[in-house]
Amino acid sequence: MHLRTAAARRYAVVLPLLGVLALALAGCSRDQYPQTALLPLSDFARIGDDVQDTTFYWALGVFILVEGALLYSVFRFRGKPEDPEPSQIHGNTTIEIIWTLIPALILAAIAVPTVKGIFETNRTPAGAMKIEVIGHQWWWEFRYPDAGVTTANEMFIPQGKTVELVQNSADVIHSFWPPRFAGKRDVFPGRETRLWWKADSTGLFPGQCAEYCGIQHARMAFHVRSVTPGEFDQWIAHMQSKGPKAPAAAPAGDSLKTASAGAKVQGPGQDSAAGAPQEAEYAKGEKLFMTKGCMGCHSLQAVQAPKGLIGPNLANVGARSHIAAGWLKNTDENLERWIREPQAVKKGVLMPNLGVTVEESRALRAYLRAHQ
Amino acid sequence: MATTALDQQHAHAAAHGEKTGLWSWITTVDHKRIGILYGATAFFFFLLGGVEALIIRTQLARADNNFIDPDTYNQLFTMHGTTMIFLAIMPLSSAFFNYLIPLMIGARDVAFPRLNAFSYWVFLLGGLLLNASFLFGAAPDTGWYGYANLTSRQFSPGPNVDFWNMGLQVLGVASLAAAVNFFVTIINLRAPGMTLMRMPVFAWMTLITQVLLLLAFPVIAVALILLMFDRFWGTHFFVPAGGGDPLLWQHFFWIFGHPEVYILILPAFGIVSEVLPVFSRKPLFGYAAMVFSGIFIAFLGFGVWSHHMFATGMGPIPDTFFSLATMLIAIPTGVKIFNWLGTMWFGSLQFKTPMYFAVGFIAMFIIGGLSGVMHAPPPADLQQNDTYFIVAHFHYVMFGGSIFALVAGAYYWWPKMFGRMLDEGLGKVHFWLMLIGFNLTFFPMHFVGLNGMPRRTYTYPKELNLEALNQVETVGSFILGLSFLVFLINIYKTTRKPKNAPADPWNGATLEWAIPSPPQEWNFDQVPTVHGRDPLWELKRQRGGPLPEPPHTSGAGIHLPNPSYWPLVSAFGVVSIFVAIMMSPKWGPWGIVAAVALLFFGIYNWLFEKGYSEFRTPSHGGH
Repeated sequence: MHLRTAAARRYAVVLPLLGVLALALAGCSRDQYPQTALLPLSDFARIGDDVQDTTFYWALGVFILVEGALLYSVFRFRGKPEDPEPSQIHGNTTIEIIWTLIPALILAAIAVPTVKGIFETNRTPAGAMKIEVIGHQWWWEFRYPDAGVTTANEMFIPQGKTVELVQNSADVIHSFWPPRFAGKRDVFPGRETRLWWKADSTGLFPGQCAEYCGIQHARMAFHVRSVTPGEFDQWIAHMQSKGPKAPAAAPAGDSLKTASAGAKVQGPGQDSAAGAPQEAEYAKGEKLFMTKGCMGCHSLQAVQAPKGLIGPNLANVGARSHIAAGWLKNTDENLERWIREPQAVKKGVLMPNLGVTVEESRALRAYLRAHQ
Repeated sequence: MATTALDQQHAHAAAHGEKTGLWSWITTVDHKRIGILYGATAFFFFLLGGVEALIIRTQLARADNNFIDPDTYNQLFTMHGTTMIFLAIMPLSSAFFNYLIPLMIGARDVAFPRLNAFSYWVFLLGGLLLNASFLFGAAPDTGWYGYANLTSRQFSPGPNVDFWNMGLQVLGVASLAAAVNFFVTIINLRAPGMTLMRMPVFAWMTLITQVLLLLAFPVIAVALILLMFDRFWGTHFFVPAGGGDPLLWQHFFWIFGHPEVYILILPAFGIVSEVLPVFSRKPLFGYAAMVFSGIFIAFLGFGVWSHHMFATGMGPIPDTFFSLATMLIAIPTGVKIFNWLGTMWFGSLQFKTPMYFAVGFIAMFIIGGLSGVMHAPPPADLQQNDTYFIVAHFHYVMFGGSIFALVAGAYYWWPKMFGRMLDEGLGKVHFWLMLIGFNLTFFPMHFVGLNGMPRRTYTYPKELNLEALNQVETVGSFILGLSFLVFLINIYKTTRKPKNAPADPWNGATLEWAIPSPPQEWNFDQVPTVHGRDPLWELKRQRGGPLPEPPHTSGAGIHLPNPSYWPLVSAFGVVSIFVAIMMSPKWGPWGIVAAVALLFFGIYNWLFEKGYSEFRTPSHGGH
């Protein structure tokens, strides 16, 4: 091997590149990414993760060997124009058969867990709780058919129980992707698709639409809130109180107790010390909600919620961690701005700017905030 | 302009001198000129697609950025993909097919020279039609794959989708016409003695690519026509409300779309298979395995389309079939990589610029191939699909693969095409900038994707913590852009140098290096007879040294096809039909009738063009 200065100079160029790659690798420590697919929190996600790991380690081995051979030949077989012509080898059948068979064997080693994983992921465990997922431009509707409850953009699930999603779209194709719990499953108009998982742990986890679905595809996110089975039952019971004939939500008080899970992360808007002025705001907001046309697209009932509405169900909007389909934090300020100028916040969204004034937006915020 | 016999003779006499001027390019039917036209046009579109990519990267450099509007972003990512696939990589490959196939197989031109010109003009006009959408602020915005039912009138009321639909139909006409032409050329016009198994591997890969084009493009044409009916004449092929099925579009699209991937990469395989042996001074290792693995890849390419659709939930049986078929493709692809390594092994490697890019191709393509195997298993692909992991994967294949190889080919054949050697120093700067920029841009995307960033999103929230890696990618993309600036400087510098490239600057093995650089219009004074796979090496070995510089000759008595403008007129006819369909809601059916009439007028005159029906136009009194 002739390690001339030219070759050494080439090393000098390759090394920084490797350094940068190492930096990039260092950037991949997974736990800092809330939406990572590399830290599965369910049985379903682990099936895919295991297959991915198997494939990755085989690929890494092949990568090191083949790139190593390439680099070796680049330095070892470097020649000068005046060097004698190398011997003219046209091929070698034995070697060619060997390097056809080895990849075939590696692929067989990947194929076995793959096929196993395919059949496992396609079989829903018995006794799963059904949740209907309906994709809309650009938000998510979630219906719990057994409990008769509807919500939007924040999906509650009980930890340790299998949920089965039955998915449909109201308009174009979307794809439901909660990376911590499962890979994505497309959501079609006029065609049902399914997905299932059993969550290991509790917490609030982001996910988002993964099939390009129009101008605001990027901001069609959602959250999965995994809670203990007890908290889940409480939440269902709370939602079941939001029926068509139920009295309108009170401005303060009871919501704090019942929406325990939601209240954990939800700070603003629950200041019960506000008292009378807040009640006035609430009454004003209620009136505006009826007169400004909000009712045309949004429902405030979790029970017997009408289907086919253009806008998300708002029965518990006050308690959700995010608004505008999972990407704006649900603060008072954000909620008011979102009500006032949806087209500036999320251009092209189907909610028009309705000419809501700053004061009106404050009242509407108070009214919606009370819907915990 | 009347085509009298006198005009014909005049044009032909000029042919044997140096033809110059705009008109000579507009009416040219010379495969070499058409190849240069393809190359220049495609390179322009490549730069355009690159600028689109840089705007995309600028927008993504920061979380929650609003450097550009969401609708602008959606138009840009759609046009970036559509441009790079249909207006850059495919026609760049066509540039090499055009320029080199007749030279490599020892022919005077392609089988149908005017059809060749027609293909180019249709391609050019199709590309302009597609990009004209920018002038109306209505560039296509539903992705290069245009999934139904987002493309229906209900959800895409503007002309954006129509520009895309019509543009792609026009480009399909160009591709199909060219595919017929090159298929027939390679089958019928090979020099005596050049059996199929003596053809250069580039000719083989070109032949396979034409078969893929002939079988895949009709599928997308049908799908686009159905979509056109849905959008213009009220049918419901893909509209669920009318009993149609958007999933049907996906099957149509990927039955075309997956072979399309091989249409983009097989020519690159061919180029690298020419460059590596020459700069290793050793014949290609395992020629037969190279040819048959190419055929096998193309064949399997028609049986894996649904691996783009694992997330649709097809059920365990189709998932298993398409997953295993996909893995199978890794075997012939691996064979190719090992054979390239075998070609270099024990060789005497000459590190000229083309060799840098060819080796870079192998190194990058390995990564793209391996990440491809990583999404063959559906349980894993459910996470990877539609994320930046996929974006990383296919850029390692399309850029790390196709573009590296095409650039290798450009440096390798530049002296043959233009008679001037590109600068070696700048070439190597180009290489290192491109390698570094490319990896900085696309390597982090693997992590960005698996850590939760979906594709085709105009922004991402800061909470996802993906900003730092996205910034690295953006820096990389500008280094990548810079590398092509160096290439442009190299081209500019080179065009100012005297034309002094020898006929055979690299000690080539194939026929094109036996004739002057650039070749004379008729290519070969005498059609060569071929006795083996590396005909020029054999000749040089027999002589015991390099060949003498071939003399420039007068070409007297050599038959050449006449220049013709009817291909251009016919191309206008084709494009106006689609423009007229687009405008039919305003213009009514008469626009379409007029456009069809124009096409028929062009084809009629083409058929009965003087000097062609007899094919008898000797310049100096005939033979």
